[in-house]
Amino acid sequence: MATHALSPAVPAYRGGLYEWLTTTDHKKIGIMYVINSFLFFLIGGMFALLVRTELATPGIQIFTNEHVYNESFSIHATVMIFLFIIPMLAGLGNFAVPLMIGAPDMAFPRVNALSFWMLPLGGILLLSGFLTPGGAAAAGWTSYPPLTERLPLSSPGPGQDLWIAAIILIGTSSILGGINFLVTIFKMRAPGMTLFRMPIMVWTILVTSVLVVMATPVITSALVMLYIDRNLGGSFFLPEHGGQAVLYQNVFWFYSHPAVYVMVLPAMGVISEVLPVFSRKPLFGYKAFIFATAGIGALGFSVWAHHMFTTGAVFLPFFSLMTFLIAVPTGVKMFNWIFTLFRGQLTFSTPLIFAIGFLTMFLIGGINGAFSAAVPIDFALQDTYWVVAHLHYVLFGGSVFGMFAGIYYWFPKMTGRMLDEGLGKLHFILMFVGFNLTFFPMHMLGIQGMPRRIADYADPSWNGWNLLATIGGFIIAASMLPFLWNVFISLRNGKVAGDDPWEGNTLEWATSSPPPPYNFDRLPEIRSERPVFDARHGLVGHGGHGGRAEDEAPKALEEGHVDSQGPGRPS
Amino acid sequence: MTADAPALPATAGGHAEGHAAGGHAQRGISNPILGMILFITSEVMFFSGLFAAYFATRANNSPWPPPVFEGILNPLSLILVATIILITSSFTCQWAVWSIRRGDRRGFLRNIGITFALGIVFLVLQAYDYSLLFGEGMTLGSGPFGTTYFTLTGFHGAHVFGGVLMLGVILYRGSAGQFSARHHDAVEAVSLYWHFVDVVWILLFSILYLL
Repeated sequence: MATHALSPAVPAYRGGLYEWLTTTDHKKIGIMYVINSFLFFLIGGMFALLVRTELATPGIQIFTNEHVYNESFSIHATVMIFLFIIPMLAGLGNFAVPLMIGAPDMAFPRVNALSFWMLPLGGILLLSGFLTPGGAAAAGWTSYPPLTERLPLSSPGPGQDLWIAAIILIGTSSILGGINFLVTIFKMRAPGMTLFRMPIMVWTILVTSVLVVMATPVITSALVMLYIDRNLGGSFFLPEHGGQAVLYQNVFWFYSHPAVYVMVLPAMGVISEVLPVFSRKPLFGYKAFIFATAGIGALGFSVWAHHMFTTGAVFLPFFSLMTFLIAVPTGVKMFNWIFTLFRGQLTFSTPLIFAIGFLTMFLIGGINGAFSAAVPIDFALQDTYWVVAHLHYVLFGGSVFGMFAGIYYWFPKMTGRMLDEGLGKLHFILMFVGFNLTFFPMHMLGIQGMPRRIADYADPSWNGWNLLATIGGFIIAASMLPFLWNVFISLRNGKVAGDDPWEGNTLEWATSSPPPPYNFDRLPEIRSERPVFDARHGLVGHGGHGGRAEDEAPKALEEGHVDSQGPGRPS
Repeated sequence: MTADAPALPATAGGHAEGHAAGGHAQRGISNPILGMILFITSEVMFFSGLFAAYFATRANNSPWPPPVFEGILNPLSLILVATIILITSSFTCQWAVWSIRRGDRRGFLRNIGITFALGIVFLVLQAYDYSLLFGEGMTLGSGPFGTTYFTLTGFHGAHVFGGVLMLGVILYRGSAGQFSARHHDAVEAVSLYWHFVDVVWILLFSILYLL
């Protein structure tokens, strides 16, 4: 492989700690996003283990004060959603998007650094609630009033206020990041990179960014109103002061439902990059996938009240119908993925295995979600462990499996080293088994009526499932050990990756690993959504081989973008 | 590279120019202006949340305003002067933009200076109006009427304050001669923001005082 043509004159990632702390390079910022998010994943996971340990058997195990249990599940969910899933996917996007569109960096590199540094600050603000006299926020990640405004939960005042401040800060980081992505995607594409030649990952980040820019400010408004209610004598949400508690739920879910697409669309983008590469086929139905993504984004704004069916204050038929409708574009994507795999030359490398984990687990998450979209069933299942099972199947089974697919896929590009395949597969097996042991029993618990957010229970028929879920939780925790060990040994002694270890399709594989500052010395011609594939096989463009395209093919050869197999083997 | 590319901050456009083969298509809207439009989009959604809360609260509380505050928000008062001042500042802001587009730096500085001053006058008038309302017993804590009024106008005032700061930076950079007919993306972006702040106030004035 001709890497020398593109090799940087200076080693990438030179420089010490100061260089990393002050960098505006999207790749370094992306990697810092990933590391920071992973640290918060571990912190959120600790809280999850505390919760599962408490629930392993009936009675009180570790929390003498049930308020501390409430803090644990509240901080678990908040950390996982706002400090792990959303920023982890934003970090992968930060690393990949400029590379994939052939840009030297994001449109606003300094704003990009600002977006990143708000995250650890927000995390510290959030967790510092534990140092306040009343403890951290304890009203769940939704922080509904009146729970947040009245005793006993309002008593840890500073903790809840720190939660509000942290979420506003993290939300601002998201908005700035979303604006940055949109301007980058619309304005910084390389010549030839038309919108309908962009990698799917870039499309999903585009739609995600639209959701972020339009939905996140709405939760900011909900939170400032909550803050005014709590601290400045406001009357938005407390009925005895002329306010309405349901108002908060409406404004909150107007953000927080689109937020679930913010949490899953980029993961869908990741596996839409991984599946074609490891099936040796183009993505089945490229444009259908894009329109489905845009459809999910648009419909995502019309379903927020399905979280509020049991309030009796929303128009049930509309929100139920719209919720079912979302299954249509999602189903389109399922077909895209399945028919990409169908009759492909599959290579079962770790990224593909995690992507298949996403496909199967997200399918379950979609199906059990459809039950809750039916109003009568939702009335029975609301606030039971069924909901906990559903959200973990989409957010863990979907997003987390997807982001690990992305980490295994791009690790060689980020670091120049391959991760070990054996340890990667061990990681997958442990995580997959642990995940299903933890969350599948929650379906049964939900049907049996076990409510969420309780520290103790007395129904003996729940004991077995709960113990199983706790064992599964510890297996998930154990699955992180081979992963961390893998990263550690691969960074030291891993196989050198080379520019294009997976024979990828998209532009990030046309530069060195890790890429030099400003990414590209030169770019291959972009005549399709798979420019690196085209260059490797001497094909430039799919249809319409005009005279101009033929002129380009020898140029690609000269530049060394064609591998030894030469032209041929078209998909 | 077309004409407006060098107006980008050195960090974005400059590198794009220097490193990417063939350069990037820089036609159409510039990066800072697109970024500002998207930022304003997010601000619109923020105020949408507050407006939604206002209407939900108003629908839930009748009579509106409550008898104690009947007639307290009189449109034919100081607030009308403040409104006219803010609307006028939008015009002067746009005149500043048109001046710099023609390359008329003197006219640009004069108009942006007037806009900056009008913004400050609006804030002073609003603060004085707040003190009058406080004097009549209406505060953030005096029930839904006061809460919504002060939240909406307060956040608008904070945005005016932010806009005044931006205008101050523009004034400073302008007097240092940093803008010209070709290089003035920051002026265009700040003017968009200022118009947005103005439109929000027109909506607020209509809803809070007239409706």
